[in-house]
Amino acid sequence: MLNTKDILETISMIQDENLDIRTVTMGISLIDCIDPDIDRACEKVYQKICEKAKNLVPVCEEIEKTYGIPIINKRIAVTPIAMLAAACKGQNPVKFAHTLEKCAQTCGVNFIGGYSALVQKGFASGDKELMESIPEALATTEHVCASVNIGSTKAGINMDAVKMMGRIVREAAELTADRQCIGAAKLVVFCNAPEDNPFMAGAFHGVGEADTVINVGVSGPGVVRAALAKLPKDAPIDQVADLIKKTAFKITRMGQLVAKEASTRLGFPFGIVDLSLAPTPAIGDSVAYILEEMGLETCGCCGTTACLALLNDAVKKGGVMASSHIGGLSGAFIPVTEDAGMIAAATDGTLILEKLEAMTAVCSVGLDMINIPGDTTAEVISAIIADEAAIGMVNSKTTACRLIPAIGKKVGDTLSFGGLLGEGPVMAVNTKSPKVFIHRGGRLPAPMQSLKN
Amino acid sequence: MKAVITVVGKDAVGILAKVSVLCAENGGNIIDVTQTVMQDMFCMIMLCDTKELSVPFSDFVDLAEKLGEENNLKIHVMHEDLFNSMHRI
Repeated sequence: MLNTKDILETISMIQDENLDIRTVTMGISLIDCIDPDIDRACEKVYQKICEKAKNLVPVCEEIEKTYGIPIINKRIAVTPIAMLAAACKGQNPVKFAHTLEKCAQTCGVNFIGGYSALVQKGFASGDKELMESIPEALATTEHVCASVNIGSTKAGINMDAVKMMGRIVREAAELTADRQCIGAAKLVVFCNAPEDNPFMAGAFHGVGEADTVINVGVSGPGVVRAALAKLPKDAPIDQVADLIKKTAFKITRMGQLVAKEASTRLGFPFGIVDLSLAPTPAIGDSVAYILEEMGLETCGCCGTTACLALLNDAVKKGGVMASSHIGGLSGAFIPVTEDAGMIAAATDGTLILEKLEAMTAVCSVGLDMINIPGDTTAEVISAIIADEAAIGMVNSKTTACRLIPAIGKKVGDTLSFGGLLGEGPVMAVNTKSPKVFIHRGGRLPAPMQSLKN
Repeated sequence: MKAVITVVGKDAVGILAKVSVLCAENGGNIIDVTQTVMQDMFCMIMLCDTKELSVPFSDFVDLAEKLGEENNLKIHVMHEDLFNSMHRI
């Protein structure tokens, strides 16, 4: 029999502590839509996505009703579009972005990801064309998200792609300067990109995946913070880790239940649960507040990296037993503009870019949702991407950059995106020039860690 | 399937009756009830078999929510499996 305490705990997690399923993401392979005629390819893409995802939103709404759990986003991730663009030589791949946008509107999803290219070792046919078209694609669509994987532990870092992406990130912001530079907020540059990530803006459907799969991303920083708040301030740190593990277990079990249910009702296989702690700008739903609850005055002060390392590890240990398949990014996210505590810490100057970079060595992703001054050069952006990719490459982990050059703004000004993307201050960047390094191009060799065979 | 119905709100005459009537009218069979009044807050948890519901489950959830709003109560109806999966290994 269920016990009263457990029931009330679950209800208070959902009601008061913002526990929710962040996203149910349907991954759809578009390999069978490849066609040398771009218009015919787009038609096939539209038909396939709309056929597979037609029930996604209604089924998620049914599940929300049955279990009383909010499912915040319903999303679609598709095969990297560069693979489809490869067959359409000389034709503008932006048509694919417009088709994806039409699919998102027809299916009623919040985001569609996969306007992507995987170029960690070099450019294949279609990759460069797609990358060059990203700024226009993001400026002329609302729901489409783009990502580019420029490095991996196995392949090293494609420095030619790094050089290109600095410029492309800037252009994406410039083309949407009248809309808070939102284009750059929908573009992620990855090292070691996971192929089953349900979270945006970096979701795409890897080529090794099944034709259609259901991946689920959980959330719940508020629940972890509330649990830690009940712990005495002199409790040793192993008790803190233990409590996070137990809480992560419960959160992930909920994700597993929803994933199984969605997969059964939609008739597609269950892929993975991504057990990430994903914050929102809502008060109380913040990863920074968890770190502060552990005993830091403000997120960003000395000790932040250690606390985040503990959090990231405990979330995985707790979650891994709760689900049959874990994947995606799985860890703690630190997107600055999407996290009330990070916004506050960045605004008062405690949280700086260099500290965030250190934190990305121990969290699940990277420099995420960071507003940088509008006059930051493409070379500096490329160099930040290279630094971040190096951390990922050497540590065999995913790292990413989602930087938003705030065109026309300077340090201390604010960019406000609204919704889950939140708002945040423009943060200072070291402006000394890495120009010569970036313009060398070439391929940064893979580290010894890549030689595991 | 079974649903867990939780009712929280200021104590008043007839809360249990109203929720029971809602279940009976829609074919829900109440299996277990636990109830307590803390100071003047009424708090009740009901386990209800919803196999024979005469309306779709989502409509039943809406009806319960509406009943809650009309009586200044918070009423949640949730599938039992959620609690089982979160609190059992």
